[in-house]
Amino acid sequence: MKSLGKFLLFTGQLFVRRESFSTYVSLVIDECIKVGYNSLFIVTIVSVFMGAVTTIQTAYNLVSPFIPDYVISLVVRDMTVLELAPTIIAIVYAGKVGSNIAGELGTMRITEQIDALEVMGINSTSYLVLPKIIASMLMYPMLVVLSGFLCIYGGYLTSLATGIISGHDYIYGIRYEFIEFNIAFALIKAFAFAFLVASISAYKGYFTTGGALEVGKSSTAAVTNSCIAILLADYLLAQLLLG
Amino acid sequence: MIEINNIAKSFQDKEVLKGISGTFDKGKCNLIIGSSGTGKSVLLKNIVGLIKPDQGSVLYDGRDFTHAGKEMQTEIRREIGMLFQGSALFDSKNVEQNVMFPLDVLTKMSKEEKIERVNFCLKRVGLENVNSKMPSEISGGMKKRVGIARAIVNKPNYLFCDEPNSGLDPQTSMVIDELINEITKEYDITTVVVTHDMNSVIEIGEKVMFLYKGNKLWEGTNEDITDSGVSELDDFVFANRMMKKFR
Repeated sequence: MKSLGKFLLFTGQLFVRRESFSTYVSLVIDECIKVGYNSLFIVTIVSVFMGAVTTIQTAYNLVSPFIPDYVISLVVRDMTVLELAPTIIAIVYAGKVGSNIAGELGTMRITEQIDALEVMGINSTSYLVLPKIIASMLMYPMLVVLSGFLCIYGGYLTSLATGIISGHDYIYGIRYEFIEFNIAFALIKAFAFAFLVASISAYKGYFTTGGALEVGKSSTAAVTNSCIAILLADYLLAQLLLG
Repeated sequence: MIEINNIAKSFQDKEVLKGISGTFDKGKCNLIIGSSGTGKSVLLKNIVGLIKPDQGSVLYDGRDFTHAGKEMQTEIRREIGMLFQGSALFDSKNVEQNVMFPLDVLTKMSKEEKIERVNFCLKRVGLENVNSKMPSEISGGMKKRVGIARAIVNKPNYLFCDEPNSGLDPQTSMVIDELINEITKEYDITTVVVTHDMNSVIEIGEKVMFLYKGNKLWEGTNEDITDSGVSELDDFVFANRMMKKFR
């Protein structure tokens, strides 16, 4: 409970004694490149393979002649939109971006760079953390959209390559009884996860004390805590919005 | 002038500072000296507000910094320049961007004015043609100089230096000491230096405060430090063989 209180006070500090708007614009752009653009490669790889494997495994389980082939891609689509793209990619995102944020802030803390900001009269929380959270909330939903597309496309390529389902059936399944709200649900989850990963990782890094060993521990704790928070939020949002 | 009144600070059960009072004069190099672990850096952090004291107050030219609101504290902090022990340069920025940083965030100067000021400060600390170098590409002494340039770029009224000579060779240490002293005189600012280097005390210690186990045991100038009559200070001053010989 003490940590939760400290975390809430920390997030409250983000919005007081801010610097000028123009300062944040350039910081947010820099952070967008770090958290978004630099994550494109890993998101692409994971998404394509996730789609390919999901298609093969779904086909393996749906062997009944009474089930039409297009159901395979329908299952791939719903799994991708509801869970794989927003949640599994969030775990990958926590591992890459979360550890980076915690490591960066932790190193800044132990090398007195954060103290230097404070002595200059700059609110270090707002200056360092707010741009990371804003950038994360801007970029992660875009990564989720990209991931969803690539995951479904990966499944399509696999179906063509292996012949387990025809291209026509795959497209038909993707479009069959499509529920638009699922996309909104995925984006709501994306915003929530983006906030959780950036804020928890920043919190862990910001309050690092000690040396290099502790920076490593903060990075590990950032990833672990972010993953737990993602899974809890995933359950809560599913219960609230779909239950 | 900076005035500290009865500053005390404890961490858990350990009493690090036990009610320290004193003044740091304008236009002088004020030194806080003492052995490792006596609370010098903690006192400095209390003065600049990085740590809140358990009791006592810090006054900047009569303005109570310790009990001031956030706005007032920010206003006073913008008159402070600080050189950190490890220089605390921002890893992701080059030398020019590091020195320009306070101007970028705290002023509305044009790009040309900022570059002119940065180049002036870098020249003042004896650095030229290093603007595009990253902190990882320059030596420890150069990092200290960049740290000093960053500390003075926004024309501070108060300059704080935490162990400015740590990790430097004796010659470079002397250059850094001289630089701090010159800047203090040139801009007529209040400078507070935390050190355990006796060379610094002899070179620039116009006013010296000696801390021992969280207490202020002595205050004076570098001229009379050898005749203090305080045994703990004598042990500190005459610790090395050369000073013993001098004695």
